Amino acid sequence: MASIWEYANPLKFMRTTDWLLPVVAWLAVVVTAVGLIWGFFFTPDDFRQGSTVKIIFLHVPSALMAINAWIMMLVASLIWLVRRHHVSALAAKAAAPVGLVMTLIGLITGAVWGQPMWGTWWAWDPRLTSFLILFLFYLGYLALWGAIDDPDTAADLTAVLCLVGSVFALLSRYAAFFWSQGLHQGASLSLAPGTRVDWAYKAPLYISMTGFGLIFLALVLAGTRTEIRARRMKALAARERMA
Amino acid sequence: MRALLIRDLRLALRAGGGFGLGLAFFLILAVLVPLGVGPEPGTLALIAPGVLWVGALLACLLSLDRIFALDFEDGSLDLLATAPVPLEAVVAVKALAHWITTGLPLVLVSPVLGLLLFLPAEAYGWLILSLLLGTPALSVIGGFGAALTVGLKRGGLLLSLLVLPLYIPTLVFGAEVVSRGAQGLSVGTPLALLAGITMGAAAILPFAAALVLRINLR
Repeated sequence: MASIWEYANPLKFMRTTDWLLPVVAWLAVVVTAVGLIWGFFFTPDDFRQGSTVKIIFLHVPSALMAINAWIMMLVASLIWLVRRHHVSALAAKAAAPVGLVMTLIGLITGAVWGQPMWGTWWAWDPRLTSFLILFLFYLGYLALWGAIDDPDTAADLTAVLCLVGSVFALLSRYAAFFWSQGLHQGASLSLAPGTRVDWAYKAPLYISMTGFGLIFLALVLAGTRTEIRARRMKALAARERMA
Repeated sequence: MRALLIRDLRLALRAGGGFGLGLAFFLILAVLVPLGVGPEPGTLALIAPGVLWVGALLACLLSLDRIFALDFEDGSLDLLATAPVPLEAVVAVKALAHWITTGLPLVLVSPVLGLLLFLPAEAYGWLILSLLLGTPALSVIGGFGAALTVGLKRGGLLLSLLVLPLYIPTLVFGAEVVSRGAQGLSVGTPLALLAGITMGAAAILPFAAALVLRINLR
């Protein structure tokens, strides 16, 4: 495996993902299935939360990927702005809808769990609020991609929006924490000793987190491949017109 | 640069449309809220800080697309981009002109609207101060949003979708200052954070806005 910059070459990227994508996709299916089935059917009920605790196996991985997707978009946008690798810009574009859906899954599963446990679908808690704000940022980013015709202009503008948006998303997060005290529990997983989650839950949780990571990777690879193919088609059509 | 500022102010004042619109919108909002919520003074006093800040924010949003759109259409933006003045300075001056024609009038009429909403007496000073400190940030952030969407046909709606999430921190801290002032609590922390956002936005965003303007003009 040579340097990562080799994959800035679309041809090389396509050739590698030709075999990589099916592997990652099948791995994602298997790992997620193992994690979710283990989590849903082979873990004990919590003595206070009953079986509702099991939604954690969807909620935590999707929330994690919602944030990671934005970070990945940020890195890809930086690479595009600095080194002008088209694959990078297209990967950022492909990651956005996945991140949007992950955010939505996180919000919906949270609401479904919150109804029996907190007695409310929604609370203006800082974590919930900052997730809703993240959702709005994804919407704006995708809308800007959709609104601009020229692909390079669109890539440039969305990359700058992603950079500026990241700063403001972070600010909004702290503003939300400043604004209201939380109902949401603290981090469920932590490397510090004396963790609060038992291994009976943690093992399947880690597996489904890995699975969601793989799903994200597979979808981004597939999306990037689609974008590259769309670019090629456009280039071929343009050449046709010229001839 | 001073000539540009004066030109923009004159255009805003004499060309009509944009200038009074934000103010009228702010006024209508302050009239609609009591009609919708009910005339209960206690309730209105409770929500007044938030309503006034949201109103100022939306009023600011109305005139944002005029920052660059007209100059883009008649080509003067291209001239400005090739002028010896750096584009960053042009963006900053245009944001300043937008603030003088939109933000400053909002600050000035806000006490009157506070009266309509039964804002507690001790909050007026904080309302004016927080708007004075916060609305420049709204103009600068809006300038960035306007630069992003300048070339687009239906930029207006997209502009609000892009800019409103960026307004969240300013809104949170600004409204927090006023509501803490209304309850007689200390306002130092949110006030400092609000000022920090304005300073940071004014220092950095003109560069980002000039960058996207160059991309849009290319």
